[in-house]
This record gives sequence, C-alpha cells and structure tokens, in this order.
Amino acid sequence: MSEEKVKIEITLPKKLYEKLVEEGREAGFDDINSFIIYVLEQLIETSGGEEISEEEEEKIKERLRALGYID
Amino acid sequence: MIPKPHGGRLVNRVAKGKRREALLEEAGELPSIEISYERLIDLLDIAYGAFSPLEGFLLQEDYLHVLYDMRLSNDLPWTIPVVLDADPDEIADVKEGDDIALKHNDETYAVMRVEEIYGWDKKEYARQVYKTTDPEHPGVAKTYRRKELLIGGEIDFIGEFRHPLENRILWPIETRVLFREKKWRTIVAFQTRNVPHRGHEYVQKAALTFTDGLLIHPLIGWKKPGDYRDEVIFAAYEALVKYYYPKNVVVLAGLLMNMNYAGPREAIHHAIVRKNFGATHFIVGRDHAGVGDYYGPYEAWEIFDEFPDLGITPLFIREAFYCRKCGGMVNEKICPHGEEYRVKISGTKIRKMIREGKIPPEYMMRPEVAKVILSFNDPFVH
Repeated sequence: MSEEKVKIEITLPKKLYEKLVEEGREAGFDDINSFIIYVLEQLIETSGGEEISEEEEEKIKERLRALGYID
Repeated sequence: MIPKPHGGRLVNRVAKGKRREALLEEAGELPSIEISYERLIDLLDIAYGAFSPLEGFLLQEDYLHVLYDMRLSNDLPWTIPVVLDADPDEIADVKEGDDIALKHNDETYAVMRVEEIYGWDKKEYARQVYKTTDPEHPGVAKTYRRKELLIGGEIDFIGEFRHPLENRILWPIETRVLFREKKWRTIVAFQTRNVPHRGHEYVQKAALTFTDGLLIHPLIGWKKPGDYRDEVIFAAYEALVKYYYPKNVVVLAGLLMNMNYAGPREAIHHAIVRKNFGATHFIVGRDHAGVGDYYGPYEAWEIFDEFPDLGITPLFIREAFYCRKCGGMVNEKICPHGEEYRVKISGTKIRKMIREGKIPPEYMMRPEVAKVILSFNDPFVH
C-alpha cells in the first residue's frame, strides 16, 4: 500500500543541497530523497488536520468551560 | 505550532445523528461478538482519533509491518499492533465482507466491517513487541490469554460510553481546541501511571521551562496490581498543581488507553498518541513503560533514533535526585557531587511508606500530595 509518488526535477543552490545531505545524514536518513520529503512534510504538517464545524468547536468549548479547563 | 495529527488527519469514527440511528438499527440485526474491556478501550481510542491514522483494527499487511518494521504499510511509524481477537467458534458464520456488531457486557458499541480474518502467532507477537516470551511479563501474559484469530476492518462507534472519571477524560479534538484557546504553541506531554513525587515534578518543570504548556496525561485503563488507582493519581496531581504550579500552564487530563508495559516500543506509541492530542514535545522517562528488568534503562531513549520522522520531539530528561550538597533536586548532568550526597527518589520506597500509612519525607514527595493519597482507604490496584 505504498503511496504513489511523482518524479519531478527541481534546481537547488549547491550549498543548500550540500547542507541538506549533511543534515539528512546526521538526522539518520539513508538518502537525501527521504530527508527532503520529511522536511517538506514537516513544513506542511503544522496545524490543521481536524475536520470540525464551528458548531462542534463551540460545543467542545462549552464542555471545556463546564469542566473548568477554560474560563 | 500544534502539529498535525499522525498521518495528517484526525480520525473521527464516532457516528452521529441519523447515521448513528441507522447503524444502531442495523446493529440489532447483525451477528455480534463480545469484546473485552481492553478492546473496548482500543475501540474508543480509534473512534476518537487518539490512534490516528487507524480507522479500525489492523489488517494483516499492516499487522505484519508493525510487528516486524514498527511501521504501517504506508511507512508511517507505528509500534504497537492494535488488533481485535476472536474465537473461531464465535465467528464461524462470519465471512470477510460482513458487518458485525461489537458488544461489551451485552451492550453494542460499534459496527465493524470485517475486511479480513487471519491467524496470528502469539509467541512471535510477544517476542517482537515485548522482546520476551516470558509469561511472567504482564503484557506477554495478557497476549497469551487472547483468542486465536484476528479480525481486521474499519469501525463506527455507536455506543454510549460511561466511566466514573469521564469528566476528567479529554479526547484529541478537545485538547487541540483547548491548546488553541490557551494560545499555546509548544506543549510538552507527560505520561504517567503514578502519583507524583519530587522527581516527576522536577522533570515536568524542567520541560515546562522552555515550552508554553504542560499536558499531564495519566493513563486511565488496565494497570497491574500494585499500581495506584486512577482516582488517587488524579487527586494527587490536583494537589500538586494547586500548590506548586503557576496558573494556566498546566492541563491535567486523563487518557483512556491500555498500558502494555512494552518498554521501548511503547515509548514510541505514547509519543505518537500525544502528537494526536496536539503535543509538540514528549517526555520520555528512564525505562519508560518498562516493567521488571526486561528492558535496559535507556532502551526507550535509543529507539527514537530509528524514528526521525515521528513529528513530535522527544525530551530525554535524566532521572532526578536530591543532592545534599547542591541543596535541591538535580540530575547527573548538572550535579558534580558524588553518590554520598545523592538521595534517590524511589517510587518503591514511597509506595511502602504509603502502605504503612506514613508521610514520605518532603524531599521525596510534597506533603500536600502525600496527605491526599493517604486520605484514600486503599490507594492501590489489586
């Protein structure tokens, strides 16, 4: 069930590329490709990923208020 | 910034409104199996997103990947197989593709689409997950008691779960909303199944020094005899937070989840689950989730080297002790003095004193905390 991948060509400054190779190796990645995917995922994967309506969020806040977690 | 859930999306398999009504009606007509209380807890963790990205109990391909590679088949880190076991007799008439109802104490909690029925080798499971096949290990013993077949497939939760501590349990979507309300960008989570002593307090405060908030996250669920009861842990922490933490930097909330005592693998599992609750950092203790001497003291730290793509930052804070020369709580990294000055904070010693009705010395445990624990007739699980 491996995720489908696409092959693209991008141009990076040489120094940035060398830095990525070095950082990737230090972080324990076997290849530069996996490290770049990881870095990009980290960049995108901050905040979000929750599918709730405003009404549902308000209900949650009500419960949190009732339990003393928020004023 | 609050991290995205593991796999990118917070799973919600709790059926609501008309869909729930329809599934409830359907469940009445379906074949059913009785699940244990522990599997019910797994079911809740899946349904409410604590186990995101899991949408149900593992299929064989994912099961084998988790068992041998500590990753799902899509390469996402996952270290503890979440599997549903069944007796061949009770599913004799169930085939792949059927829907079944999952019941506990004869009450229907979920509808499950049976995508796969497969066998498992419990000894191999124990060897891989617990690194031992010794039946004395509490997790191994539980594994050996499980049924002979596994059923994989997505679930829809349709039940009404009641728990004596339900007002202390928060689910991932709730902590995420809460952290946003508090405007916390960095949150460190602390896993516990114990009452707090001064060593725990030191570790939590060390982590809190450079994060916006602390999530104290005691496990509510199966524990082994001799562990503190859930309500005792909560009361003890409430006392500690009230008297020794600044306002608005701590959230104390229960996590309904089973304890496996799987040491290093479980440390990774605990970190992933806390990421789903919105934590950015996770404190990994010495011999985290260990039991007896099955795991090396720092194995639960070393395993994180294999998961640079976890998406939550582990914090390895060394065990604290009281140094008579320093005059306070320190750890070996910041204290230059010899063993003769160091007083170790032993949970076993504290437990013994509590059993004898004694208040431990203040360097071990805050007196307010000790008094609360002693106010319970029987603070321990039997």
